[in-house]
Amino acid sequence: MNQKVMQKRKWQSTLFLLIIIAVTYLSAVITNFNFVDGLAAFPAAIGWIISNLLITQESLERLPTILEKLNETVFMSIAATTTAAVISIFLGLMGSKTTSLNGILSVVARFIAAVSRNIPVVAWALILLLSFGQNSVTGYLALFVGTVGFLTRAFIESIDEASQSSVEALTATGATYFHIVNKAVIPQCLPQMISWILFMIETNIRSATLVGILTGTGIGYTFDMYYKSMNYNAVALVTFSIVIAVIIIELISNYIRKVIL
Amino acid sequence: MVERVCTFFWAYSSFYKWKGEAIMSLLQVVGLGKSYDTETKVLENVNFDIEAGEFVSIIGPSGAGKSTLLRCINRMVTISEGNVLFDGANVGTLGKKQLRRLRTNIGMVFQHYNLVPRLTVIENVLHGRFGYKTTLQGVLGRFTEQEKKRAFYLLQKLGIEEHAYKRCDQLSGGQQQRVGIARALIQDPKLVLCDEPIASLDPNASKVIMDHLKSITSELGITCMVNLHQVEVAQQYSDRIIGLNQGKVVFDGSNHQLTDDRINRIYGTQTRELITV
Repeated sequence: MNQKVMQKRKWQSTLFLLIIIAVTYLSAVITNFNFVDGLAAFPAAIGWIISNLLITQESLERLPTILEKLNETVFMSIAATTTAAVISIFLGLMGSKTTSLNGILSVVARFIAAVSRNIPVVAWALILLLSFGQNSVTGYLALFVGTVGFLTRAFIESIDEASQSSVEALTATGATYFHIVNKAVIPQCLPQMISWILFMIETNIRSATLVGILTGTGIGYTFDMYYKSMNYNAVALVTFSIVIAVIIIELISNYIRKVIL
Repeated sequence: MVERVCTFFWAYSSFYKWKGEAIMSLLQVVGLGKSYDTETKVLENVNFDIEAGEFVSIIGPSGAGKSTLLRCINRMVTISEGNVLFDGANVGTLGKKQLRRLRTNIGMVFQHYNLVPRLTVIENVLHGRFGYKTTLQGVLGRFTEQEKKRAFYLLQKLGIEEHAYKRCDQLSGGQQQRVGIARALIQDPKLVLCDEPIASLDPNASKVIMDHLKSITSELGITCMVNLHQVEVAQQYSDRIIGLNQGKVVFDGSNHQLTDDRINRIYGTQTRELITV
């Protein structure tokens, strides 16, 4: 009996592997993607990267401008995330089953979260570009909207997971809604919420570059400009400084996480 | 005020009809029924009175409706049928403010303690005072000197005074449950509802908790209703035992009256055999 089950398990995993291979092959055929050609292009591509994307003395002279733009982008991302977090706390409290005031508000909160999260930030940037024009407000709003969606979802999960039992206990003592939210839900969920906010700041600095290319603001615009004028050495410098910035932010947020959790 | 008098009068007169006597019990459950969906009835026609100062155990198999019964008394779940009268108020029909006042008078102790784990012991104990606070007072965490002293006094009584400034998640299960009891007692309740208070504890901690609960009734004169799994514990500690099976009261009497035969009726014979093997 037991052996039979084991045999069946083995067969199942083999079958699963075969299906994955088949699906991969099929999609390659449908999209005319050729593995061999793709691999053959590698050496040439790497060669181009090495010969063109070098940071030279000349490009280093542009560092102050780049850093200024990078600063702008980083702070815009932080601003977008923190303001979105404030909105998300309210939406999260409304959307969570344990703290929702009524069913309609809960559905509204979840709907707002779903809409803003399921449209990609890039799409938001392009949509908002039409209505707000080419300026940093557009970039800010695109990040803000996407962040609200994601953080609301994350906060709802955190609240549901962390505070159901204490909410029940405090309701039983005759505490009011605001007592419960302020003294049980928020203290219990705060570390997790901060962790999500930090994660979102990191993500937003990355997306800000892309949004910047589309909306013509911040470091993304600088990247785009050098790219289009074929100043690849400067492009390399921009990329490099973005990577450094993201790593620094990650290190800081990892440290904060360690302290609060 | 008029509303309160009316509720009181209604409860009083209806009680008079049922019992034909004028003495009010602290808690009366009359024809209580509860169903979460249309098919299954969790509670069906439950009737009992509880006098002030009683220590009552409610026993029964899992899913018999013990937790639901307790939660009907402070209306943590809505009541489907019948009435629950607590201290002259009809629990089922109370408005928002009155319900809050009712809950202030009823403490509750939970199986999983239901504390805020990241907050300190003393903060968790003081949470029991929120029922007496306005929203602003509570949000700002303004507690009087007297309340704080009372909190420390209770912690001392329960033997966990030295942990007052520790975070609750650093405490053992038995200690957390004592914090839960302190939180219930600082409410100055007339009734304490305990939902499986020792189900997650080892035998030693269970004894400590049951002794503390017993002393709530014997020393402070607060009525206690305790949901229990263990028949032996119920027999040892309570004056009166109510047996539930499939949402119906199948036993209601003193612990001496609870014979093996009756225990089998509460749990069903087979279950009982399983335990003894």
